[in-house]
Amino acid sequence: MDALRLIQYSSRNQCVLSVVLHILELCARPLDIPKTAKTSPQKGRISLTFTEMARSLAGFLVLVLVASICEGSSLFQPISDSHRSAALELFTLDHGSFESLEETYEALRTFQILGMEKKPDVTAAACRFISETVGSSSSTPKDLFYALKANSIAECKIHEKASKGIISSLNAAVRGASSLLDFYYSVGGLVLIKDQSTKADIHLADAEGVFRSVKALSQSDGRWRYSSNNPESSAFAAGIALETLAGIVSLASSELDQSLISTLKNDISKLFDSIEKYDDGTLYFNDKLVDGHEYQGPLSTTSSVLRGLTAFAAVTTGNLNLPGDKILGLAKFFLGIGVPGDAKDFFYQIDALACLESNRVSIPLILSLPSTVLSLTKKDSLKVRVTTVFGSNAPPLAVKLVGAFSSGSKDASLVASQELKFDQVSGLHILNDFSKSIDVGSYTFVFEVVLQEPEDEKVYVTGSQTKVPIFVTGHIKIENSEIVILDSDLGSIESQKKLDLAGKNAASLSANHLQKLRLSFQLTTPRGHAFKPHQAFLKLRHESEVEHIFVVENSGKQFELVLNFLGLVEKFFYLSGKYDMELTVGDAIMENSLLVAIGHIELDLPEAPEKAPRPPPQPVDPYSRYGPKAEITHIFRAPEKRPPQELSLAFLGLTILPLLGFLIGLLRLGVNMRNFPAKPVPATFGVLFHVGIGAVLLLYVFFWLKLDLFQTLKTLGFLGVFLVFVGHGVLSHLAAASAKLKSA
Amino acid sequence: MAREKSSKDNAKALFHSLRSAYAATPVNLKIIDLYVGFAVFTALIQVVYMASVGSFPFNSFLSGVLSCVGTAVLAVCLRIQVNKENKEFKDLPPERAFADFVLCNLVLHLVIMNFLG
Repeated sequence: MDALRLIQYSSRNQCVLSVVLHILELCARPLDIPKTAKTSPQKGRISLTFTEMARSLAGFLVLVLVASICEGSSLFQPISDSHRSAALELFTLDHGSFESLEETYEALRTFQILGMEKKPDVTAAACRFISETVGSSSSTPKDLFYALKANSIAECKIHEKASKGIISSLNAAVRGASSLLDFYYSVGGLVLIKDQSTKADIHLADAEGVFRSVKALSQSDGRWRYSSNNPESSAFAAGIALETLAGIVSLASSELDQSLISTLKNDISKLFDSIEKYDDGTLYFNDKLVDGHEYQGPLSTTSSVLRGLTAFAAVTTGNLNLPGDKILGLAKFFLGIGVPGDAKDFFYQIDALACLESNRVSIPLILSLPSTVLSLTKKDSLKVRVTTVFGSNAPPLAVKLVGAFSSGSKDASLVASQELKFDQVSGLHILNDFSKSIDVGSYTFVFEVVLQEPEDEKVYVTGSQTKVPIFVTGHIKIENSEIVILDSDLGSIESQKKLDLAGKNAASLSANHLQKLRLSFQLTTPRGHAFKPHQAFLKLRHESEVEHIFVVENSGKQFELVLNFLGLVEKFFYLSGKYDMELTVGDAIMENSLLVAIGHIELDLPEAPEKAPRPPPQPVDPYSRYGPKAEITHIFRAPEKRPPQELSLAFLGLTILPLLGFLIGLLRLGVNMRNFPAKPVPATFGVLFHVGIGAVLLLYVFFWLKLDLFQTLKTLGFLGVFLVFVGHGVLSHLAAASAKLKSA
Repeated sequence: MAREKSSKDNAKALFHSLRSAYAATPVNLKIIDLYVGFAVFTALIQVVYMASVGSFPFNSFLSGVLSCVGTAVLAVCLRIQVNKENKEFKDLPPERAFADFVLCNLVLHLVIMNFLG
């Protein structure tokens, strides 16, 4: 439902425009060159000084102030032909018929309210659906209700037998009803069939009992529950309940106690206490989001309440005592939506507005303007229209312009309170000569509507003052425009060129870094006041597409920009050459905003020193920037030169030689195995010891070939423990043997 | 001439006396000396190879050379400990020294194998 709010704001709130313009103004500020610039030669960068920041903050506060004033003013337009064309698009037949009776009814009702010619195939499809439902005996009260509702518009014929069957089944439904929706469909169906069939005599049995059971579902805050089991209440249900109760009253008003009906008026006023408000003065009903299925958004809830309210007001006598501006607020809510994009939302909007168009409570009158932008050059007159929500004629009334205030200032009104002249032919209230005192700018006009017949005050509601934002545009005079090259030290003029900003210019100037450039012109409004446009820029573009933009400052009417090239040398990246000059002066209310090329200036700047900043790279042709780049060939690390395999194998053989030498030497020394233990236990230990060492060395070979360190260490752990035991065994035996020998 | 002859004779006499003294060493020490010589020779051959073809897998060269040098050093330690004329290690049984030698060699070769790559 927030999307609706967005549509509301974007479609009619012209404050967005003024807000955007202010934002533009604020964005322009950082580009200012402070007049007291002490740009140090080393840095040369223009940093935001404290005064600059204070100015932007003040600008922001003005923005907030304007926004707050804007909140009050808004413009609502009555229903127009754009709604009719949208309706044709939204309510389309799907495979020759609508999906449900509810949709059939909605489409027919929308076409009826908007006064559009019903498409013949729509009516035919509807009639088929209706007769199907009416004829079948298994139709639920809900189906019958919607079929009868659609029939009240489509006016298809129903057989007498069928209508008798409907009446009996609806009566049975009323007797057996327990929840609010059961009552709604059954009672509503009976009311409809009473209007449609002339012969049948509808009698609602135990009307008072039914009334009381519906009333029992109400709550103290004005909302209704759907059934006695379900504790959740909603305003949507309240609307349905009011419609049901109105139906009961219309069926059997003579049987009901009048005091019962008057208690309902209290319920209605309590319900209206829970009304919610948006900032622009629109009012709506909304339920808390409890369960996704049951939740109806503000649009359907408010529509339901309005339907119930107007249905109830139609059947009761006496006043409902509802303040008229609440009805007006509800009307503004529905009009503020614009054209909904969903068929259901469209129906809710149009149905609710139809209730507002003619009802017994109060009929809201909407003040709208065909155009809120007035041009002083064309001598536009201020036109105002006051109509009902559907654009029908209002009763005799007068429209007064109470005041006109300049946006963003709280000064007194610029015009005296005056009445607008009513033109019978066009139905507009026109004011012709207000523009004598109004200059270009944005204003808030305050209107008041006064009904001329005192009896109309009871029937219609107009609201108090309506604030409307108005823009007055005009032709701004640009005079005395000239561009001058000055000598920096002496201030003497070297060359001067007058510009004609309305026409073509091709000034050709030249300057060096010791000189200054001064551009000046005057802006005057049609009434002769000073004018500050939103945009006043001078752009210098170098041949290499490097651009620099400067804001033209003003004091009163005189606009002047002085460029001291000595201080700008570094900003220009030391680029000498031809610069194109382009002046932009623009504003929303300026009818002759301009963007003109003034001419060229040939700038002679000194050479760039070593450490000077380079100009930023200019955007290249987008296709080449995002196109394929040059291919990179990766150069892999050249593999090391390895020796020839034969050499390596030869040296491998050479390495074996010392081992052979060792073995031969051992033999020559006469090694023997005499010390090997003879007894079996130490002998096995000895053998196992050597086997163990061999196993460890073999493990190392495997480690080198394929195992990793963890596996090796694991195995080594086991082997090591084994080796320790075995080694200890054999060596201790040998040690004991040699000790015995020594002692012996 | 006489001096030269005498220096040559002196060298020869020195060499002979060394040789005869060496012959008196016990056999187990001679085995250990042979082992040390074998290890050093292997290291020398590896260095010659590296000098001729370049040190490309340097880690392999280092591990090879260090294994030879390491095992030679451990053998020298063993010789010191086992030598009966060495008063310092009188109380140390030679079997214990041998067990230490075996253990240290196994650890050295584990590290060498890891570094071989």
